[in-house]
Amino acid sequence: MTQPLVFMMGEFPAEIPADRQYAKNHMWAMSDPSHSTTIRFGFTAYAVRLLQDVYFLDWHFDAPAPVAEQQEIGSIESKKAESSLYSPLSGDISSFNAQLLADPSGINVDKYGEGWLFDFQPSDHQTDSLLSADQYVDHLAEVWEITQRTIKGQLN
Amino acid sequence: MIKPLNVFVSRGLSHHPDKRQVEQSVTDLLALDPRVKVTMIPNLYDLRPDGDAYSQLKELDEDFIVISWMFQRAAHWILDRNGVLGQTGEVEFGAEEDDDADELEDDILEEEEKQRVIETLDIPDRSIYCLQFQHPSEPQHYVDEVVRIAESSLMQWISGTPDQDKLDRFLNAEQRHEPELSAIEEKAGRRWYPVIDFSRCTNCMECIDFCLFGVYGVDNQETILVEQPDNCRKGCPACSRVCPENAIVFPQHKSPAIAGAPAETGGLKIDLSLLFGAPDAQDVAARERDEQLMLAGRAPVEESGNANGSPAISMEPRQVQNVGADKDDLDHLIDGLDSLDL
Repeated sequence: MTQPLVFMMGEFPAEIPADRQYAKNHMWAMSDPSHSTTIRFGFTAYAVRLLQDVYFLDWHFDAPAPVAEQQEIGSIESKKAESSLYSPLSGDISSFNAQLLADPSGINVDKYGEGWLFDFQPSDHQTDSLLSADQYVDHLAEVWEITQRTIKGQLN
Repeated sequence: MIKPLNVFVSRGLSHHPDKRQVEQSVTDLLALDPRVKVTMIPNLYDLRPDGDAYSQLKELDEDFIVISWMFQRAAHWILDRNGVLGQTGEVEFGAEEDDDADELEDDILEEEEKQRVIETLDIPDRSIYCLQFQHPSEPQHYVDEVVRIAESSLMQWISGTPDQDKLDRFLNAEQRHEPELSAIEEKAGRRWYPVIDFSRCTNCMECIDFCLFGVYGVDNQETILVEQPDNCRKGCPACSRVCPENAIVFPQHKSPAIAGAPAETGGLKIDLSLLFGAPDAQDVAARERDEQLMLAGRAPVEESGNANGSPAISMEPRQVQNVGADKDDLDHLIDGLDSLDL
């Protein structure tokens, strides 16, 4: 397997594996080899680093369910932060990771593996907007300043 | 005889009996302490600049304390806008104890070096201490903090040759037998206006460009100021959302970030929704402004210009007019927001 890319969040190295694709809302996307139309989504190291210890995760509905891009689908709370969660693409969420609902700290333990968020069936051509690892690292460089401002509460 | 320290208790708007009780208990305890002189005033935010309370506050040239239901930043810069200037006195009470060192901030936040308006201001060398009432709370804690401030303030004032006897007598004073308390009554209607925190403001002019109600202006040094506070639209915090430095405070807004909560995250959780795909603050601000324009019988700002094709009043920063000028931080921020593609 190729070495992951690394984006430096100040002193903190966020590893971005090259074996998958990325959405701009800081989720990774990986096709299921045995079921090629399904894409699994999870949080990137960048997102997990911002959240830190996850205490609570909730989805607004049960899967399967159709969703639109940017639709609010759930919420997350961590030691340091809280956020609503939004669908990265249009399509259908086929299942949520049940283990995380019992213990959301799986996101911290294995974000690129067992800590996945949901399986997804995208609508046609939706996956065209996903980024490669290289493109995602470029995207992180672009939004890094805004991220810092947000952390400092400067964008109310 | 050493002069007692002035403490002004700003009465809150809430008629919640428990909150009133906190105010009253703190005031009663302080009224018995000979080291302080207590004055009740109406809600600081609502005071008219030409009223009795401000004329009394403006006469002081020494340290004093204000206790109000507002965040420290809010109270301090309300006073500043109304001509009562001073350094921010350090308040220990109510300061968030961040139990674990904040590694996130240590690790990833880069220090910004920007010139803040406060560096250009001529602020007298006395301290104004703004304490915040909280509910529930223990009245004695306020008194302890007031006494701590009174002592440290006194030490600074007599740093030359303190008369030990006088000092001892002051610090170990017996309680008064009768409470001493004055009150300033002033008919103060509810007001709503922005307050600029000049320790954060960089004079970028985003707010004056954004507000279409003529609230903002500049002084003869070209420094931003809230020129016509009462032109502000009640309930509208939109300019606060577009401020890139979070320098605009609406002390009575329900969201702590807008009401002047400490800029550090201590205690409050960071909302990452914007980063994780939510509609951004600029959109919220534009919507809020449109609502107020329509309430005022004016046309909302259209993104693409009006019917006859001329451009609408825009939200673009004025820097875009500097054709060919190098991009500054603000431009990069706006570009960055655009590229978020939310």
